Amino acid sequence: MTTPHAAPLLDIRDLRVSFPTDDGLVHAVNGMDLRLSRGETVGIVGESGSGKTVTSQALMGLLKDTSAVVTGQILLDGQDLNALTEAQMRAYRGKKIAMIFQDPLSAMHPFYPVGVQIAEAYRVHNTVTRKAAAAAAVDMLGRVGIPDPRRRYDAYPHEFSGGMRQRAMIAMALVCEPELLIADEPTTALDVTVQAQILDLLSELQAETGTAVIMVTHDLGVVAEVCHQVVVMYGGLCVERATVADLFKEPRHPYTQGLLDSMPSLTGTGERLRPIPGFPPSLLALPEGCLFADRCPHTGLVPDGACHTRRPELAGPGTHPSRCHLTRPQPAREVAR
Amino acid sequence: MTQLLEVTDLTKHFPVRSGAFRSGVGVKAVDRVSFSVDAGQTLGLVGESGCGKSTTGRMLMRLLQPTSGSIRLDGREISELRRSDLQEYRRQVQMVFQNPSSSLNPRQSVGSAIAAPLLAQRITPRGGVKAAVRDLMDRVGLRPDHYNRFPHEFSGGQKQRVGIARALALNPRLIICDEPVSALDVSVQAQVINLLEDIQRDTGVAYVFIAHDLSVVKHFAHRVAVMYLGRIMEHGETREVFDTPRHPYTQALLSAVPKADPAADRSGRIRLTGDLPSPTDPPSGCVFRSRCQLRPRLDPERAALCADSVPGGTIACHHHTTGM
Repeated sequence: MTTPHAAPLLDIRDLRVSFPTDDGLVHAVNGMDLRLSRGETVGIVGESGSGKTVTSQALMGLLKDTSAVVTGQILLDGQDLNALTEAQMRAYRGKKIAMIFQDPLSAMHPFYPVGVQIAEAYRVHNTVTRKAAAAAAVDMLGRVGIPDPRRRYDAYPHEFSGGMRQRAMIAMALVCEPELLIADEPTTALDVTVQAQILDLLSELQAETGTAVIMVTHDLGVVAEVCHQVVVMYGGLCVERATVADLFKEPRHPYTQGLLDSMPSLTGTGERLRPIPGFPPSLLALPEGCLFADRCPHTGLVPDGACHTRRPELAGPGTHPSRCHLTRPQPAREVAR
Repeated sequence: MTQLLEVTDLTKHFPVRSGAFRSGVGVKAVDRVSFSVDAGQTLGLVGESGCGKSTTGRMLMRLLQPTSGSIRLDGREISELRRSDLQEYRRQVQMVFQNPSSSLNPRQSVGSAIAAPLLAQRITPRGGVKAAVRDLMDRVGLRPDHYNRFPHEFSGGQKQRVGIARALALNPRLIICDEPVSALDVSVQAQVINLLEDIQRDTGVAYVFIAHDLSVVKHFAHRVAVMYLGRIMEHGETREVFDTPRHPYTQALLSAVPKADPAADRSGRIRLTGDLPSPTDPPSGCVFRSRCQLRPRLDPERAALCADSVPGGTIACHHHTTGM
């Protein structure tokens, strides 16, 4: 674990993403702020439709030249990525910022050997001979724990197992030594014993290279294993930000509390689960007040029904702010996990 | 407690029609699996992909014909039932599938999807079907006005409720749940788990609960069978298996689950190396031996035992008593 530097590597300010559809504008991300230092791992947690994947796509510039409307600033080392054109973004993508996806099979080209694809990623950003690029790819395959990398260089993606493919994907993302790696549900499609291997590998490589990581996941267990900071997203907004220890010890936002309560645990006593009632809000017509108000058990504690009329700011102590009118809602039960 | 289902030496081989293994026995998807389920109880079948848990579930439902072995419901052998007898069997045993979207017909209203088993089995008089469906919808937490809606108008959790209502329609004594909550978000997953628990409490139905998520199984199942490459590695009371796992695979599996507690002690964890062997060419003897963490510590004579003979019993390991 590297000590995070003071100046942030990444500074996202008021990021908003919406998609025009036949039914109207879908507000996927609605004012996201995030700061990330070098060498740090931040987890973005949320359920389907919370905007976590769209946020990471916006960071990678994957929404450029699409119908999506992206506003706000994405400052990487002071450079606003959102202001770049697609052509300019290509100099950053892969070089300074890289991404790994949930399904490595669909993220790789089925017709080219794995090694060739990694070497190509290297050659795009480095003026080297094919031979040198191939050597870099073989070296990287070895570093991600693929046995006999020289031989596996010529293998095709379908010849790899799921875990091996995800290792190759990580090799491709890290071959240019990016400063920021976005991992979008990197272990969700894997079996649990293989997931553990991949999470260990990511931590080891991070300690070695000092790459900052954004871990996008729905699994709070994964967050607890690998992240330093956590951002909980709901309805395209960050509703709570904390260090991993604080989030699990003292979840502040009622949504975070609800998530922790709904999870069955391996150490639990088998008492009845307490799901969050209702559904997330429609992203086509967001409520005026707090996005979680309709499902929240604590709205009665806030005077004047403010929860339904006024959207709360992300406020509270600097290291652990949450977006709730109650400065500290009473946990329905002490969450001891 | 009375025994409802008894499975003995259940085996399923799939022939491999291409490649180097054409002439061999093919894939042993399930290999001599035995377990039992008591009335009103839940058996969890856990394991990673390719371990044979879904194939086992499909054989219990008789969607697949077992290669050998016996499945008895109330002492009656069902692996040899003919088509005409299967209808009666399926009144007693129903199934809930993983993907609620693909298990519902997109062009059939959910009301008529839930009515389908009632009409097929002709146990409810035609005039009473609608009322029966409304009652079922109410039991699983769907509103009466959902009756004429179509699957695409529902969220994943609601669709799974439709699947559960359809399975409940015939008042079965056993429901095979194949990964019923894996496709759902965690808050919705908890709603569906609670619903399944309520149904069991109210109707006394037994479940075979197939899942890869160990926390869900720990929460939900009374007994658990841990599978690996078509075989049961460890089998017992849920609490016992989870609190004091004795098979090295169970130990590694539990150790690999990410713990939602940053302060948890992670020092003693076990990391399996490598991938699952190909099911067309599993290791001889103990199928787990190629990844077993005990292996480096075994003397040659005992390691040879792993390769030579297939371990049996509720803890399928030659060394579980002395190995740790």
